[in-house]
Amino acid sequence: MGLDFTVIPGYLDIVLLGCLWTIGITVAAALLSFFGGIAFAVVALYAPWIIRQPFRLVEWVFMGTPLLLQLFLIYFGLVQIGIDLPAFVAGIIGLGLHFAVYNSELIQTAILSVDKGQMEAARTVGLSRGQALRKVVIPQAVRDVIPPIGNNMIALLKDSALVSVIGVSELTLSAQRAIGATYRPFEFYLLAAAFYYVINLCMEWVQRRIERRIAISR
Amino acid sequence: MTDPNHFVQIRHAQKSFGSLEVLKDISLNVARGQIVAIIGPSGSGKSTLLRAINDLDALTGGEVWLDGVQVNKSLPHRQYEKHINEMRQQIGMVFQHFNLFPHMTARDNVTMAPKLLKGLTNEEADALAKEQLEKVGMLDRIDYYPSQLSGGQKQRVAIARALAMKPKLMLFDEATSALDPELVDEVNLVMKKLAEEHMTMIIVTHEMDFAAAVCDRVLFMDRGVVVEEGPPEVIFRNPEKDRTKEFLRKHLAGAK
Repeated sequence: MGLDFTVIPGYLDIVLLGCLWTIGITVAAALLSFFGGIAFAVVALYAPWIIRQPFRLVEWVFMGTPLLLQLFLIYFGLVQIGIDLPAFVAGIIGLGLHFAVYNSELIQTAILSVDKGQMEAARTVGLSRGQALRKVVIPQAVRDVIPPIGNNMIALLKDSALVSVIGVSELTLSAQRAIGATYRPFEFYLLAAAFYYVINLCMEWVQRRIERRIAISR
Repeated sequence: MTDPNHFVQIRHAQKSFGSLEVLKDISLNVARGQIVAIIGPSGSGKSTLLRAINDLDALTGGEVWLDGVQVNKSLPHRQYEKHINEMRQQIGMVFQHFNLFPHMTARDNVTMAPKLLKGLTNEEADALAKEQLEKVGMLDRIDYYPSQLSGGQKQRVAIARALAMKPKLMLFDEATSALDPELVDEVNLVMKKLAEEHMTMIIVTHEMDFAAAVCDRVLFMDRGVVVEEGPPEVIFRNPEKDRTKEFLRKHLAGAK
């Protein structure tokens, strides 16, 4: 039957809406994973033992199990203990925490490799350890890992397709819906791929801008 | 308690790492406005002594006092943290490798701590940054990041950063040792200016000419003890101890 792209315009609104969901979920989860990653790194490095140990278990759960399972746990599992989250919220939390753990690993290493003279200089002017971390050490550590965090964010975008399985009509699921109506999988999957590609390009562009901006302040 | 002749007091300072004794019972008084240079071979303990004054390296024995207050008071952890942070606000320190905050402009390097700790408004902070950077001749680079500055310029900004907290005492830990020779003078000039303003300063240095020109007193340290101390003209021209003579002979010969 060959390819027929003329079917696309009739369903473009559905796919575009899905695209918007993908962008929204990705941006929200990316922010959660960034700030969550910083918080996790601080806990992993500086929290007292009693907090750090249980935290390690949480970290292991997010690193050592499939993201798909984590999404099921958050969306279907939590309902049983009375936490009923909308699917897109469950998706954002699952993606966000999953990648927060990966970002945390990067940020921990970066914090430890900030020159110790920086902490000394900050303490010398009278800052407490916490103030020195917040104002001096962590901002530098985060700057050092913007490129690998950017890579994690691209992975996050791609993995956002997984939230389709808990019923969020993001880009992949919207494409499937259009396919269900038209029996044109190749055209609509290609269209979805093209949208992912464009979002990807935008993210890379943002990352390059951030990198250029901070180049001078490193 | 605020005897101007005992503005800074180090009493029986002792520090050891395991069985290695780095400082062996050192006592030292610095009067208000006095400038003291500490010289000596590397490994003599001079940097450790300087860093003990603001507790960057904690002493294992002895006391440090500034203006009638003990710096290394024995207090429960939380209270001690609060106390030492307040003491450190009164003690400026300048490092060999500058340790400027690379993610902040010269302005923010100078104003970050005063804004955070003294609650300066933006206008007050701005005026402070201009005042301090002007003093070190860096006003024209106020919005530059450290990566855009030369070594000498970085060190001048680092001095301005320390001065911005209005310290009672300034510590210089080999402030010019990491600089290219042609950049040393601009930093020395700033330090001379501070001397003229009667800032109390303790300076660890390798530069004998500068120590001779600026300091009121010179301490020669070796292997954790003060071997000899006195006015620069005595220490440099007419030292008594053999160890001092030997050090100066090597060092002055090496410098020429």
